[in-house]
Formats: sequence, structure tokens, C-alpha cells
Amino acid sequence: MSEPSSQPLQPSLSSSIRKGGTRWGEATIKLWLRICTALSLFTTLAIVVLLAVESVEFFRNVSPLEFFLGTRWVPLLNPSSFGVLPLLWGTMLITVGAAVIAIPLGLASAIYLSEYASDRMRAWIKPALELLAGIPTVVYGYFALTFVTPMLRNVIPDLQVFNALSGAIVVGIMILPTIATLSDNALRAVPVSLRQAAYAVGATSYEVTTRIVVPAGLSGVMASFLLAISRAIGETMAVTLASGQTPNLSFSMLESIQTMTAYIVQVSMGDTPSGGIGYQTLFAVAMLLFLITLLINVISQWILGRFREVYD
Amino acid sequence: MPLSSESAQKQLAARHRKSRMFKHLCAAITWSSVFLLAMLLVRVTMDGLGWLDWQFINSFPSRIPERAGIKSALVGTLWMIVMVAVIAIPIGVSAALYLEEFSKKGRLATLIEVNVANLAGVPSIVYGILGLAIFVRFFALERSLISGALTMSLLILPVIIIASREAIKMVPMSIRYAALSLGATRWQTTWAHVLPSAFPGIMTGVILALSRAIGETAPLILIGAASFMAFLPTGPMDSFTALPIQIYSWVSRPQREFHELAAAGILVLLAVLLLMNATAIYIRNRTEKRLK
Amino acid sequence: MAVVDTADAAADKKRAQEAVLDLQEVSVLYSGKAAVKKVSCTVWRNRITSIIGPSGCGKSTLLRSLNRMNDFVDGVTIEGKILFANQNLYGDEVDPVEVRRRIGMVFQKPNPFPKTIYNNISWGPSINGYSGSMDELVERSLQQAALWEEVKDRLQDSALNLSGGQQQRLCIARALAMEPQVLLMDEPCSALDPISTAHIEDLLFELQSRYTIVIVTHNMQQAARVSDYTAFMEMGHLIEFGETDQIFTRPEKKRTEEYVTGRFG
Repeated sequence: MSEPSSQPLQPSLSSSIRKGGTRWGEATIKLWLRICTALSLFTTLAIVVLLAVESVEFFRNVSPLEFFLGTRWVPLLNPSSFGVLPLLWGTMLITVGAAVIAIPLGLASAIYLSEYASDRMRAWIKPALELLAGIPTVVYGYFALTFVTPMLRNVIPDLQVFNALSGAIVVGIMILPTIATLSDNALRAVPVSLRQAAYAVGATSYEVTTRIVVPAGLSGVMASFLLAISRAIGETMAVTLASGQTPNLSFSMLESIQTMTAYIVQVSMGDTPSGGIGYQTLFAVAMLLFLITLLINVISQWILGRFREVYD
Repeated sequence: MPLSSESAQKQLAARHRKSRMFKHLCAAITWSSVFLLAMLLVRVTMDGLGWLDWQFINSFPSRIPERAGIKSALVGTLWMIVMVAVIAIPIGVSAALYLEEFSKKGRLATLIEVNVANLAGVPSIVYGILGLAIFVRFFALERSLISGALTMSLLILPVIIIASREAIKMVPMSIRYAALSLGATRWQTTWAHVLPSAFPGIMTGVILALSRAIGETAPLILIGAASFMAFLPTGPMDSFTALPIQIYSWVSRPQREFHELAAAGILVLLAVLLLMNATAIYIRNRTEKRLK
Repeated sequence: MAVVDTADAAADKKRAQEAVLDLQEVSVLYSGKAAVKKVSCTVWRNRITSIIGPSGCGKSTLLRSLNRMNDFVDGVTIEGKILFANQNLYGDEVDPVEVRRRIGMVFQKPNPFPKTIYNNISWGPSINGYSGSMDELVERSLQQAALWEEVKDRLQDSALNLSGGQQQRLCIARALAMEPQVLLMDEPCSALDPISTAHIEDLLFELQSRYTIVIVTHNMQQAARVSDYTAFMEMGHLIEFGETDQIFTRPEKKRTEEYVTGRFG
């Protein structure tokens, strides 16, 4: 065995172990990390302040009553009208339509994935769903215009070229993978022992799934619904391409409508002079959009928080 | 409970039938989604393949469909990938490292976590408005590549933070304890052991986030990306266009040729995305192998 | 006990008079609940001190407080003093990183870095500014850990390819590469098979002449075989501390006798 090195790493026992002053490198790095983390707070602050300040300006010129209760949205022409309900309605038509498609189909896919599919099938389906989720929204807009609408027009001759139905269908397809993957995660988190207990009393797989598993995973499933709805509300390009730019309060899904997001795109594609009332409508509508999606996301997170507690 | 009575048996048979039908229904629905994906891809390919050739890739957009090409948009998108990566990855990974390795669990940490989760759910168009007000107008960066890149970076920052945190959480505590017990500082431990171990997971999350950034149109419209650009950007302050913008612009035209051009553009965009994801998978496999 | 020839015996005896760690009424509390209660004892230089006791008696907690690894647990408070080189380890002016450079640790479950065998050993010294020959240091450390012969031809292999016993010896070599004043070992053999355990116990005899070792073990016979001094803990209290011979053959406290004769634990 060789002798200790002549250049000891450690000073002898009696040397001090006081703090040195050479840790400033570490302190600098920590500062950088802190700044990066703080950026997320600044972003939220920036969004809130920006939207609030400009909205306040807007509401100096337009009464909130007119905005929230008015039924005509003609902000850029004379005579102007600033009732946001048509935009809200348009967003709602799309969202509800998309949810009607995506929730049952997405949940069914999630059930199939978690309860019935073999590992081999999962290996094909999960990537396919991820692929669907990764397709840019403008592609869905293209699909709506060039495929869905023409196909629907064969069946429904009254369908306009730009219509809410195509938009709803396409957005539904877009958010379906979200529901499927998140609900699948939620259902898989339900302990196997729960299923086994149900099977042991002679239940069929349908009964086990619908009466035991889904209720047990309900928080996660519902959170996935809310997340998907939030995405549908914020969806822009597909609805702009598919459903048009006409603010419309009618119940018909066969006509052109305008969502809040489509309006924002419309305004910014033209050259809006900053400071004018047109510019301000951008922020008022965006503020509304932001608040609605924030509310839904917060509720969804709260539900997910409760979901985690149950299994801890 | 009489198990052998006829009515009980009939009931059981009915329940089994219902169960089988349910299973088949779920299967059919699931495979329909896969089929839908296939149909979408086939449709786009059929429409666009005819227009996809070298001339298409190497030409600028034009009012004449036969002469139109995707060069400026492709180059713009490539610029964006690089710039967004350079900006968003260090900041996002740094924030994730801080939250996982350095900050004490407490009210502030929870607040930041909730905040990041909320930011991840904000519609992309709101980020576009933010970018317009802050980068284009306030910082007077105009409708340039850098405005677009900064806006997109803000957009995907929450996604990167969340994905990186997950990857960092997966590194076992025992590795950190081993390093710390040798007299390493927290940063030395993080840099030499935690980060390399978490790298595959972080890489995957980062590429997914970048893919999302590349496919987004709305924020770029808001900050004023051009929809008709007949030259290439030479620097970060130049105006630019991007693949999704070009596609949108073509789809918006009524003529069928432009729709087919859009399809060709979509194929190029999907090819870029595919390449990015393949790179991610490759890098992940390589680094995972080295760690074994 | 280690065998040393007479010329070294005198030097050895002189060194053994030196106290390396002096624990004075040390208590460790997790969020107010005491896991270690007012422990006082001494760790002598170049001797092996073992800490024994039933599960949950606080021996690992006490061990971890000796190199300030407890700092990483939320809500931990330390009372009392631990003197090392005439300084309280927990003094305000003391940098825990410096403490850990001088007091090394081997953990219960082998935790090699997912890197090469060479890098596992060289990393600690390199970040601490070692400027000598790294190859020599790596070889020396592996020899001290009785692992050199088995790995000398594959230093660039991943450490994860080694067997459990080899990984643990690698972790020992890694700690030794820092040339610590004290080596703490937290049940180092409990995750290993009997043959690997025997290897490591042999290793301890070799190491004793050059290192001060504190070893926590739930295996009484191991403590009796290997250590010079033994501390017996129960429910956070130090029941008895003395030379191993005495603890196992003529324990002063009844509780100690009951434990070492296997009546509980």
C-alpha cells in the first residue's frame, strides 16, 4: 500500500473550517437562477397589467353595460356598436360543439386505452394520439376548409362556406387527444386492487369501468375536460379559417360566426392605429378571453389538487 | 341469491352482451381517431405532393401559384427555431433547476408553481398581444425576428419549466447525497450530476415545446410577421415570415391552387416537426445509453 | 483488532489519545421531535467506533449530524456541540461544505454516480482543486478499498456495471479519495451479501491504521468483530459508551446487556 500523497488534499486536523469568501461564483449562479424563476412572475404581471390598463382605457369610452350586454359587435365602422355578446356566443358555439364531440369520444378512447387495450395496441395508439396533438392548428383549419366543409355540404346543402359546425368538429378533433391522454393517466392511477375487488364480486368489465374506475378517477377526468375546454376557447387559427369573421348571435351552426380569438386576429391583420378605439377593443376582448381561460384553468388545477390528495 | 334460475342467467347473459358491446364501441372510437389521423395525413399528402419539388422549396411566394415557393417561410422558421431555443432553453431549465434544487418549499414556491401552471394554459394569442405591446412597441424592436422569437420564448417557457421539473424530479436523491457528502456545493452537485442525469427527459420536453412554438400562427400574426416576403432575413432585426403564416396566407385565398400550395407547405412544416422529434428521440436514446 | 508492529504501536497509541470528534450533549430534532437526545461521547483517532442499537434508535440520525448531512432535511434543529479540531461543527462561521470535505460518508445502499469508475473517484478531488496526479490518486484509493485488482483494466467502464459489493467498495474508494479525517459509514453492509460483507469488514481492519472510522450497524456481531469502541443507543439516548470488549463482555448497564445478549432488538 502506497504512502499518502505528498500533496495532501486536506490540511491537517487542526486547520480551521471557517467559511471562505470564495463562494461568490456560487452566489452569482444562484442569482441567475432566481432571475429566471422570477421571469415567470413578471410575465403574469405583464399580462395582467397590460390588459387591465388598456381595458380601463377602453371602458372610459364604452360603457361596460354596452360591452357585456350589447348584442351588436361593429367596432370598426360607423355607426359603431360594442356589444361583445356575439363574440362570446361564437366562442361558446365552437367550444360546446367541440366538447360534445371530444368529451364522449375522448373518454371512450381513454377507457379503451386504460382498461382494454393490450400493451401492443397502446404502443400504436398512444403515439398516434400524441401525433394528433402535435399537429399545428393551422393544419386543422386547412382540413376544415378543404375537407370537412365540402363533405358536410353534400349532406347539408344549406351549409355556408364559413360555418360554426366545421369549426366545432375540427376543434373537437384537436382537443380529443388532450382528453384521451389525461383521462387515461387519471384512470391508470386508480389502484388495480379496486378493480380486482369489483371483479371478485362478479361484475362485468362494463360495470367495473363505469361504476368503479371512472368514478374513482373522476377528478382527473374532469380536470382533463376543463383543460380541453380551455384550449378550445383559446383556439384561434382553426376557427378563423373554418368559421369566418362574421359576429353572429344566431342559434344556427350552419352560418358564419366570429369568436373572440378570430376577432383579435382580424383586427391585427389590418393596420390598426395604436391608441384608437379599434386598438383598445383588442385588449378588452383579450382581457375577457384571458379571464375566462384563467378561471377554467384555476378550477381545473384545484380539482387536480384534490385528486392528488386522495391517493396520498 | 339463486344463481341457476333462468331469469338470473338471462340477466347475466345480457350484462355480458352489454359489456362486450361497450368494449367494442370504445375500441371502434379509439381506432377511429387513429384512422382520422391517417386520413388527415393522406389528404394533405394527396393535395400537396404534386406541388412539392425543389422549385417549391427554393422560391419565394408569388401571386402566380406555379412560381410560388416556401423559401422565405422555411428560412424564417429555421431562424425562429434557433433563436427560440437559444433564449428559452437556458432560462426555462434554469428556472426549473432553481425550483427543484435550490428553493425552499414554502408559500413562494407554491405560488410560482401555480403561476407557471396557469401561464401554460393561457391562450397563445394572449402571448401575441403581450409580445406586440412589449417587444414590438415598448422596446421598439419592430416586427422583427427577435420580437417573434422573444414572444414565442415567453409562450413555451412554462412548458419547458414544467417538463424540466419532471425530469429533474426523477433523478434519485441518493446521487445528490453522494455528491454532497464529498464536499460539493449544491451547484456543483447540480451541474455535474443532476443535470446530466435529467438531460434526456429535459431534451424531450424541450423539443416538444419547440415543436409547439413552430406550429403556432396567432402570436406571429399579432406581432406582425409578414405574409408575403420576397427576400430572406439576414439578421435578428429583419422582418420575417414563417411556415404557419405562409400556410395560413395561402389557405385564405379562394383559388384551389393556393390551397394545394398550402398543403405542400403543410408537408414541409410536418417534415420539420418530424425531424425535430426524431432528433429528440435520437438524443434521448443516446444519452440514456451512455448513462447505463 | 488490527495488527501493527511494535515500532508503530507507540505512535499508534499516541495518536489514539487524540480526540477527533467530541460530542457534547448533542440533540437532533425533526420539527420539534427529538430523534437524538443529549448524546455525549468521543471519537478517538485511528480507531473504529461503532454505533449499535435497535431500529429507530437514532443512530443514523446521529451519524448524519457528524458531517452535517442533516442540513438537507427540512425542519431539523441541532442542540449541543460537536467539536472537530476545536471548533463546533455547527458554529455560525463554519461552512458545511468544508466540513464534508474532511468528514466523508459511505451510505447504506451503494450509490455510485452513473459515470465511469475512474470519474466516480476523480470527481470529488477535482472539484476540490486537487492538482496532483489523478491517475495515482484513483489507483491509490481503489487499492485502499481492495478493489484495484478487480477493476484496473476497466476504469472507463460504467460504475453501474459492477456488482453490489464492488459498488460499495467503489463508494468507499470514492470517499477515501478525499483523504478525509473521519470516515462515516451508515450500515455499509446491510444491502450486501455475506461474502461482500466479509470483504468490507477485512477492509476496515486495513483502513483503521490510517483513518478514523465511525460505523453504524444493526449487526451486533459485526460491531463486536470490527470496532474498538462501541456506543449503544436506544430511543435517541446514548445508553452506554466504552471499549467494545467491555461493552460486549462486561456491560455496565442492564439494558446494554439485554441488547448484546439478544434479548431484544
